Amino acid sequence: MAELFIELFSEEIPSGMQARAADDLGSLLTKALDGLNPRDLRTFFGTRRIAAILTVDAEIPARSSVSERGPREGAPEKALAGFTRKHGVTPDELTLENGFWVLNKSLDPVSAESRVAEAVPELLWKFPWPKSMRWGAGSNFTWVRPLRRIACLLDGHVVPFALAREGDDAHALKASNLSEGHRFLAPGAFEILSGQQWQEELETRSVIVDMDSRRDMVRTGVARLAGQHGITVVQDDELVDEVCGLVEYPVPLLGKIDAAFMDLPAEVMQVSMRINQRYFALRNPDGKAAPYFAFVGNLPFKDGGKLTTAGNERVLRARFADARHFWDLDRKTKLADRVPALAAVTFHAKLGTQAERAERISKLAGTVAQAMGLDGAQIAQAERAGLLAKADLTTGMVGEFPELQGVMGGYYAAHDGEDEAVSRAVAEHYLPRGQSDDTAKAPVSVAVAIADRLDLLAGFFAIGELPSGSGDPYALRRAALGIIRTIRDNGLRLDLTELFAQAANGRTGGELAKLPDFIAERLRVQLRSEGERHDVLAAMLTDGLDGDLVRLLARTSALSEMIQTEDGRNLLAAAKRAANILRIEDKKDGPHTGTPDPALYTQDEERALAAGLDQAVPAIETALKEERFTDAMQAIAALRPTLDRFFEAVTVNAPEPEVRANRLKLLSRFRETTTLIADFGQIEG
Amino acid sequence: MSATRPLCFQDLILRLHQFWSEKGCAILQPYDTELGAGTLSPHTTLRALGPKPWAAAYVQPCRRPSDGRYGENPNRLQHYYQYQVLLKPTPEDSQQLLLDSYRAIGIDPELHDIRFVEDDWENPTIGAWGLGWEVWCDGMEVSQFTYFQQVGGIPTVMPSTELTYGLERLAMYVQGVENVYDLDFNGKGLTYGDVFLRAEQDYSRHNFELADTQMLLTHFNDAERESMRLAEAGVAQPAYDQCLKASHLFNLLDARGVISVSERASYIGRVRALAKAACEAWLAGEEETSHG
Repeated sequence: MAELFIELFSEEIPSGMQARAADDLGSLLTKALDGLNPRDLRTFFGTRRIAAILTVDAEIPARSSVSERGPREGAPEKALAGFTRKHGVTPDELTLENGFWVLNKSLDPVSAESRVAEAVPELLWKFPWPKSMRWGAGSNFTWVRPLRRIACLLDGHVVPFALAREGDDAHALKASNLSEGHRFLAPGAFEILSGQQWQEELETRSVIVDMDSRRDMVRTGVARLAGQHGITVVQDDELVDEVCGLVEYPVPLLGKIDAAFMDLPAEVMQVSMRINQRYFALRNPDGKAAPYFAFVGNLPFKDGGKLTTAGNERVLRARFADARHFWDLDRKTKLADRVPALAAVTFHAKLGTQAERAERISKLAGTVAQAMGLDGAQIAQAERAGLLAKADLTTGMVGEFPELQGVMGGYYAAHDGEDEAVSRAVAEHYLPRGQSDDTAKAPVSVAVAIADRLDLLAGFFAIGELPSGSGDPYALRRAALGIIRTIRDNGLRLDLTELFAQAANGRTGGELAKLPDFIAERLRVQLRSEGERHDVLAAMLTDGLDGDLVRLLARTSALSEMIQTEDGRNLLAAAKRAANILRIEDKKDGPHTGTPDPALYTQDEERALAAGLDQAVPAIETALKEERFTDAMQAIAALRPTLDRFFEAVTVNAPEPEVRANRLKLLSRFRETTTLIADFGQIEG
Repeated sequence: MSATRPLCFQDLILRLHQFWSEKGCAILQPYDTELGAGTLSPHTTLRALGPKPWAAAYVQPCRRPSDGRYGENPNRLQHYYQYQVLLKPTPEDSQQLLLDSYRAIGIDPELHDIRFVEDDWENPTIGAWGLGWEVWCDGMEVSQFTYFQQVGGIPTVMPSTELTYGLERLAMYVQGVENVYDLDFNGKGLTYGDVFLRAEQDYSRHNFELADTQMLLTHFNDAERESMRLAEAGVAQPAYDQCLKASHLFNLLDARGVISVSERASYIGRVRALAKAACEAWLAGEEETSHG
């Protein structure tokens, strides 16, 4: 057993690639060193390094059972000679087995050192960086940025290998026991003795190599600085991670925002700081933007960070001056006056311009608003907001920061004096932007949000541009899920089938017919992730999508609840039993449909079932119509004792043909009753 | 920065010349045609190709017609300077050399926050790309650092390190000035505005309002034809000159707003074809001289 330590020390690795690379290093090592039983893997990454520490066996033990089949008995001399030469043996070492010459080899034990020395260079030559580069004069070896050192030790001893290959010096890189600390605070190499000592030595050399520790230093440091001013940081885990990939020793600092810029929209300030500068935004207790920003330096500065803070503040002033330029310029043109300019913005070659899209969204938003039961004024607001929804694409600010689309439109619409509901809808119609984002709640916003996505889906389905496998370039899955979530969150009673027809806007063909199934599939995936049973979903979606998702969901949860009760489970079993009997008997002389004849009932259990069904069917139908789904489930589940008694006492395949046929008709009637609820055949027993 | 008076604009250039001269670079003079970036100079583009080592540093005036702001924006100019260094093959200590050059102009990395932030550099008009970083000082990009992987659509057989300093930005930083026109130019009272403000105003009018688009279009077509003809004749640098002229004419047409979105890609493709032909002609000549 030995500790294997590997560090690949390079010039600065892009922040977003580090974690994945460390993972890859770990899994590739584990795979390549399989025979050494690798375990206890830990990986590390930072701006200039990826590393792994693991435990391996001291050797791959000797193996004797390897045999190689050679030429057939009586094959030409040449073939036999070739075989023996290839394996470096003499003919008398071969044995004859089943008409073939066979070499039984025993493999000597392989030391961990020689296995590692063989495996690691190979792994490095093939390392899966998303983008890599050549450098220097003599090698085609590529790495994400120039690789400067390779450290590789087994229990503290260097594993000797070189990266060179035939005809390629691979930058003369050889495994060593050397690493480096902080670029500015501890330049030069130091000797590694073990994984533990490496980590400690790096810390004394101002490199925090553990990502969690860096994250912690950033989070607590920023929070502490913010706390001193009674303000809080806007949570941004992605930014924390990115920043932690940019520094070896994180030192959070606070800078001031010039008062002259505090009237800029908070979102503008935040996006500019985040995208351009990787700064954290801060908020006052009242939720408004605080006049500070937090940033993370790469070392404890000699002057406590005074100069660098002043520098960062100056850079931010220039950034905000740019933002102010767009903010002032954009507001000189009314959003409504920008709509014609959308004619110059192509939405998609086959789907026309953004101007045409704005017209479609406007019309559709009115239709959705009407279907939602909004009043005339709100319908007009939805149409207005739909028309303006994309107009901010022609503003300078959105040109500079595309992530502000919608948000800026909302500000500009408000500035133009549009109705509050309209400017809000312009801002909110992009909701939800992602999985964790909220859906729109204001009625007019909801109408535009749904209309925007309906138009997107109908357009791309009409031209046959459907998502495939992992590829979804137009984010149609996200759009479908956005519709589903908005409808659910707001309990909207809409007929999606009707709305699809409206969204198709006279277009037919393409893949439009597949749209309901596409929504159904997204719904299925979403409900599965919430823990709903796949067979229940299959049972509810057998006949295609119910365009009223709220109704569909209520039925689904009622069914789900019922089949978890004892009555429900037994009912299910009875339904399956009935279905099985009918399947077999129908094959012989079916189908057995039609009304059973009461005169042919010979047992009380038959009469009881018939009476039960007579009572249950109207009750179920009424309950379904009134959307009392639990009542409907209860009405059918209540048949359970009657059914149990029927199957116990009655032989369906009676010797008298007319009695048998009548009993099959009765069962058939029961099966039909169950289909009022769902396709029970899909549900696993 | 120390307590001593910060460098004026021209001294900043002199320091960088001094520094890179000591590192063995040929100190060249600006190339004499309009360029959008220091990279486009044949001292970089053509020399980055082929198997011969090269080390040069020079100041290059850059013209970006659509960045003109009539002299009213404190940060944006349609004409500015880049300090350009090309080191071929890439030295082992490329990053250290850059950091040492910062020290030489008064930036102490233990007082200022220097970072290497990912940047995948690409210039589609000359079919070039490389990997490297934006180099930040206290949150401001002060240099671009690229390891060239391809130029003119041709892989670089001997990759080079390209360092580009934005001189005005760097000077503004070193001098603590927030408006480019306030930069101390010579340490004797002359400002950047004294030298360039009038030109910025006039060129902005020219670029956006006055340039004769019909004439520009004719010149573009002429330059394109001439560049191809010269490349076929095997005279690489004259062919490349015409490619540069076409590139600048395209930038002017773009600033005048007469190129639609769909036409843009086609113009860029035409310039790229010229760059490729000139680069291939250059490489052909290089191979002849290295074998002959």
